[in-house]
Amino acid sequence: MFCEKATELVRELHRAPEGQLPAFNEDGLRQVLEEMKALYEQNQSDVNEAKSGGRSDLIPTIKFRHCSLLRNRRCTVAYLYDRLLRIRALRWEYGSILPNALRFHMSAEEMEWFNNYKKSLATYMRSLGGREGLDITQDMKPPKSLYIEVRCLKDYGEFEVDDGTSVLLKKNSQHFLPRWKCEQLIRQGVLEHILS
Amino acid sequence: MSEAYFRVESGALGSEENFLSLDDILMSHEKLPVRMETAMPRLGAFFLERSGGAETDNAVPQGLALLPRLECSGVIWLTVVLTSQAQVILPSQPPAWLRLQGSKLELPLWLAKGLFDNKRRILSVELPKIYQEGWRTVFSADANVVDLHKIGPHFYGFGSQLLHFDSPENADISQSLLQTFIGRFRRIMDSSQNAYNEDTSALVARLDEMERGLFQTGQKGLNDFQCWEKGQASQITVSTLVQNYKKRKFTDMED
Repeated sequence: MFCEKATELVRELHRAPEGQLPAFNEDGLRQVLEEMKALYEQNQSDVNEAKSGGRSDLIPTIKFRHCSLLRNRRCTVAYLYDRLLRIRALRWEYGSILPNALRFHMSAEEMEWFNNYKKSLATYMRSLGGREGLDITQDMKPPKSLYIEVRCLKDYGEFEVDDGTSVLLKKNSQHFLPRWKCEQLIRQGVLEHILS
Repeated sequence: MSEAYFRVESGALGSEENFLSLDDILMSHEKLPVRMETAMPRLGAFFLERSGGAETDNAVPQGLALLPRLECSGVIWLTVVLTSQAQVILPSQPPAWLRLQGSKLELPLWLAKGLFDNKRRILSVELPKIYQEGWRTVFSADANVVDLHKIGPHFYGFGSQLLHFDSPENADISQSLLQTFIGRFRRIMDSSQNAYNEDTSALVARLDEMERGLFQTGQKGLNDFQCWEKGQASQITVSTLVQNYKKRKFTDMED
């Protein structure tokens, strides 16, 4: 049966728990494209034979191969598109800079797409809210106060606050910091938001 | 669940599947019985099928051949049954596999849909057992006791797409699908809204994929509400995506 490899690609992505990006299956994709090429060439020769040799009994076979080609195409496009959706989610959840482990999971084209997406988002954000722009990746939950209490979960180092003072983020130290500075770090798991 | 990842939803319950939906692709991979109405020459290597069920064993290598489940009244293709350790021994020139009229096969839904047409020139579709009269009476008797995950993990989606094949029983099938869902829905809603912070595997074991999605949505709603009640709705949390990646890195290091 044709299209087994393509279905396997889709299954692999479906199996990854919600939103996680598995490694780019370069090999699998290459095999699917090879299968498509073989099917296409067989169909080409059969179509010529059917037209010139009058063999209309080949038509069901041609249709069969054509269905397989369409199916392969659908599977690969869906695979690539779903990966892009997951990479897009990374920008919103992780921030602009991705950890190396994740970068190895992406192909070169996906990395380029990520960079372009970042740029588009940044341009858009700059165009909002007057001269300085508006960071819409902040304040994902409605804020209740300007300053928040945070506890450090791991050693991060020096952290500079707006008025120039810097804070040393050591494990288990608690600080009272402006919300907009810490939000990114909290989402990345460096700090922990403490409710009073 | 990742808050920023919005996958393409399944369209199988509507008139058409969604092209990009992974769920729909997996659903349309399931097989249904068909009857070939014409021969298909030159598809000699066609029956490289896996042993066992269609949904297991993605690790089985491509070159595994098995006796096809055919009742063909003509050329008998003596295939070689192999284990995964051996190499495929196909003749260098596979004989033309003539699919004679009347032979019955199981084809995936996507293939059946592609080859089907109103005049039934290439194939005609039979209904799978679970959508036929016998099982329909079972569903109408009590829909709750049936293990929908076992008899076909995409019961509703597959059934809805079956309606494309213009069977005379279409009206009954669609009624049956609807009534089955109505019968089961109450219990799903109830269990999803009341199972907080506990192991739900027993509750979802007998649900099909669509119902499981429904259950998960219900659970998410419940968890969000509880979080709000506890006053944690304004607490900035670690993104779940980040948490999962951290956990994975840990296990990678342990390997």
